[in-house]
Amino acid sequence: MNAPERINLPLSEAVTEEEIPGDLAMWFFIFAELAVFALLLGGMAFARGTWPEMFSAGVATLHPEAGLINTLALLTGSYAVARGVAAVRERRLEKLPVWFFWGALSGVFYVVVKSVEYVQLFNAGYNLRTNTFYFFYFFTTFFHLMHVVLGMVILLVVARRWQRQVYQTAETRRMAADSAASYWHMVDLVWLMLFPLLYILP
Amino acid sequence: MKYASQSVAKPYFAFAMILFVGQIVFGLILGTQYIIGDFMFPEIPFNVARMVHTNLLIVWLLFGFMGATYFLLPEETQCELHSPLLAKILFWVFAAAGTLTIIGYLAVPYATLAELTGNKYFPTMGREFLEQPTITKIGLALVFIGFLFNVIMTVLKGRKTVVSMVLTTGLIGLAAFWMFAFYNPASLVMDKYFWWWVVHLWVEGVWELILGAILAFILIRTTGVDREVVEKWLYLIIAMALISGILGTGHHFFFIGAPEYWLWIGSIFSAIEPLPFFMMMVFAFSMLKQRRRDHPNKAAVTWAVGCTIMAFLGAGVWGFLHTLAPVNYYTHGTQLTAAHGHLAFYGAYVMIVLAIISYAWPILHGRQANSLQSQRLEIASCWTMSISMLLITLLLTAAGVVQIWLQRIPDDAGALGFMATQDAITVIYWMRLAAGVSFGIGVFMYLASFVVAARTSEPTEPLLAEGAMS
Repeated sequence: MNAPERINLPLSEAVTEEEIPGDLAMWFFIFAELAVFALLLGGMAFARGTWPEMFSAGVATLHPEAGLINTLALLTGSYAVARGVAAVRERRLEKLPVWFFWGALSGVFYVVVKSVEYVQLFNAGYNLRTNTFYFFYFFTTFFHLMHVVLGMVILLVVARRWQRQVYQTAETRRMAADSAASYWHMVDLVWLMLFPLLYILP
Repeated sequence: MKYASQSVAKPYFAFAMILFVGQIVFGLILGTQYIIGDFMFPEIPFNVARMVHTNLLIVWLLFGFMGATYFLLPEETQCELHSPLLAKILFWVFAAAGTLTIIGYLAVPYATLAELTGNKYFPTMGREFLEQPTITKIGLALVFIGFLFNVIMTVLKGRKTVVSMVLTTGLIGLAAFWMFAFYNPASLVMDKYFWWWVVHLWVEGVWELILGAILAFILIRTTGVDREVVEKWLYLIIAMALISGILGTGHHFFFIGAPEYWLWIGSIFSAIEPLPFFMMMVFAFSMLKQRRRDHPNKAAVTWAVGCTIMAFLGAGVWGFLHTLAPVNYYTHGTQLTAAHGHLAFYGAYVMIVLAIISYAWPILHGRQANSLQSQRLEIASCWTMSISMLLITLLLTAAGVVQIWLQRIPDDAGALGFMATQDAITVIYWMRLAAGVSFGIGVFMYLASFVVAARTSEPTEPLLAEGAMS
């Protein structure tokens, strides 16, 4: 472990242990979003308990490979975003837009794979109204997909404002980078819950 | 007052208050009719009184929103309104159309009104809250479009702020969703489905943007907190309001024949609907805590902060009480709904309009705030109205619980009929009527505070310090 390195960081860009990363308001938003997903997952758990056979049959029609690819895509994206934030801490400020761009690109990849999955399922005759399993599958994953898109927009907006030097002080830079990264990690975290619950659990 | 054109807000605010008084008078008539069924019959039947009570509420809030917009837009954009004349013309058109419609409701039976206004050529009447004759609906649409034109032209030529953008988005949504009032399909399911696109997407969607913008404006002005901080909160609040509110429409689609998945969507997303209101409350208190100056208009601050608390209780907590599908199965359309409706409308929309009137009226009359004497009376009116409305809400909740217990939960054979249940809650209705009278006294105190303000002119600093406020 090379933890002692942190001591060498210039104080202005370093973060103290007690502070939350990013803006408090962003954390309100993240918790609100997590609350929505928690309710969706709770509803899904209830439905699964009530109609276990319907869920087993439904899970069998999904493509876990596609889910796995997307999991890797989002994790790669999170890695890039985390590298961007780390670059700021190391005062290599010019690196952030590039890393955030790669993060957003992983989102594009995710959207493409997800769309292909939807098209396949639609062609096989499944949709939101087929039964409660497909409602949860289509609705929850689409709602999550919208969050991936929002996360991409946030990353790109921060990257662009970064390049145009909108953030003047170390404090505003850290706030912007941490807030955007926190939101992106939330989107990633939700998928890490959704993937096993929807694709793997028999 | 910094911009001459802000003064067009005056007639809007004044007329809103006249209609508010009318709404309360009809509320008291209705409250009595719940106890004495044929009170004022046949002159004012229950259904007519209810129609007048609810329509007046919506119309006076719209007058309030328009007045608020005309008042705050010049300050936000830092330029005069595009056309004060258009604003004045639209005021008279709207006021005339509104007055004639109410007179129509009261003067002739509803069926005759439908016949007189040619409803058969373009039928849109006969639906709850959208009872207005088609010609009135068209008039309203024209008023909204003219108003929007004026707003957008002003925003385009001036400074663009988050407050004015959020407000304009809300107003565009208001006009856009009104168009569904003209869609009246033969299928009752489809009719109800899109009916909610007006009713729900107004009050639990775009109106929340208007509320957020007016609240942010008042807080910026009265606390002097940086715009950046306020704007960030505003963005998050409206994002939450829209995420929860739009899909939350599902809680109206539970038992009307819409697809079954609405049971899930409606329950889950409306369970989130209290959050934006909670955030609004945190926002208001954190702005107060960070305030950089003490604004002399304490009354306006009281209304604004009170608004966030009561909106959270009324729209948030009381909405959540009966929003989950398995609960709503029993509570649907009981007095519990009425309890929620009263506190939500009062907390979220009545109080924000009273807040902006309270803030703007002294400024429109050349002073920063009313005299202390007047403000004391006004703050007392805030407490009187708020406590009375809380009482009305608690009593209607009790009535609702009894109703659910006697009429909804037992099996068919064991359930009490609707009218027999109503008899069982008469005592609660008497208490509700008393709380209603007390609310009326609160309204009277609010209006009286402006008369006191005009008579006591000791007030605070003149408006010269305004340069520091933008």
